[in-house]
Amino acid sequence: MAEATAHHDVHPNYVKIWAILLGLLIVSVVGPMFGIKAVTLFTAFGIALIKAYLVAKNFMHVNLEPRFIVYLMSTMLIFMLLLFAGVAPDVMKFDGTNWVKPEVVQGGPADHGANAGAEHH
Amino acid sequence: MSAARPIATTRSASGIPTGRLAVWWVIASEIVIFGGLLASYIMHRLSHDAWAVQAANTNTWIGAFNTFVLLTSSLFAVLAHAAAVEGNGKKAARLLLYTSAGGATFIAVKSYEWFTEISHGFTITSNTFWSFYYTAAGLHALHVIAGVIIMLIVAKDAARNLELHRVELIGIYWHFVDIIWIFLFPLLYIAK
Repeated sequence: MAEATAHHDVHPNYVKIWAILLGLLIVSVVGPMFGIKAVTLFTAFGIALIKAYLVAKNFMHVNLEPRFIVYLMSTMLIFMLLLFAGVAPDVMKFDGTNWVKPEVVQGGPADHGANAGAEHH
Repeated sequence: MSAARPIATTRSASGIPTGRLAVWWVIASEIVIFGGLLASYIMHRLSHDAWAVQAANTNTWIGAFNTFVLLTSSLFAVLAHAAAVEGNGKKAARLLLYTSAGGATFIAVKSYEWFTEISHGFTITSNTFWSFYYTAAGLHALHVIAGVIIMLIVAKDAARNLELHRVELIGIYWHFVDIIWIFLFPLLYIAK
């Protein structure tokens, strides 16, 4: 037991970090209410990144692990970016030089929200 | 080394206990699974404005409440780890039970949410937004259920001061599940 947790014995104030996370959660919910796109993007996704960093560092103790663990996690995230870069042109572009995406691939009426339940909440 | 002690908890060719290394490998594979799913969602969401119309039907307050529940359960999980480091198995087990209760609450709220959405006609076959919604949230919910089951098993041993290192291992997994939700929440509930 001591061997298994020896380098994880330094504990920050977890309740304080939890309170910060809750504060960030409130900001991420309130921010988009202003209806400003830049504010929405930051408060939704920028704060999600900050929250994920706080959890990974303080709760998962990634910073206390050997460096290769961080490299391992980073490699997987790079794989994710490679997937995005490789597939996004096919998904996000609708036409190009001498080609047009067929309408069926672009998404028919069902994709445009016309036929799903109209009333909710 | 005692013959009664599992080898996997003491062998450490990598500089960290093998069990913890295994959990990090699990998380590495999970990053690819969820990362691929989220990357696919983002590229479709960016190229189909109509998805915003569908996303407007998700309930932000329910999503926010579940985020609160998971963040709080993560706090209990890390406090359980601190208790395990002190050798206090009973306290660690109690805190793991609180964490499990958080997971159960999350699933209960999610069930209510899905029931409401399905009863309003938003099903997994309604369109691709809802397909992504149910797939991503469903896969995450399966991870929450698995985490709760494993946590109860770990808590049972921890209460008898056995295998306390496992408290940290299930905690690392649980925090990762929390991080996935931290990204699902803005994607599915806020970006409207």
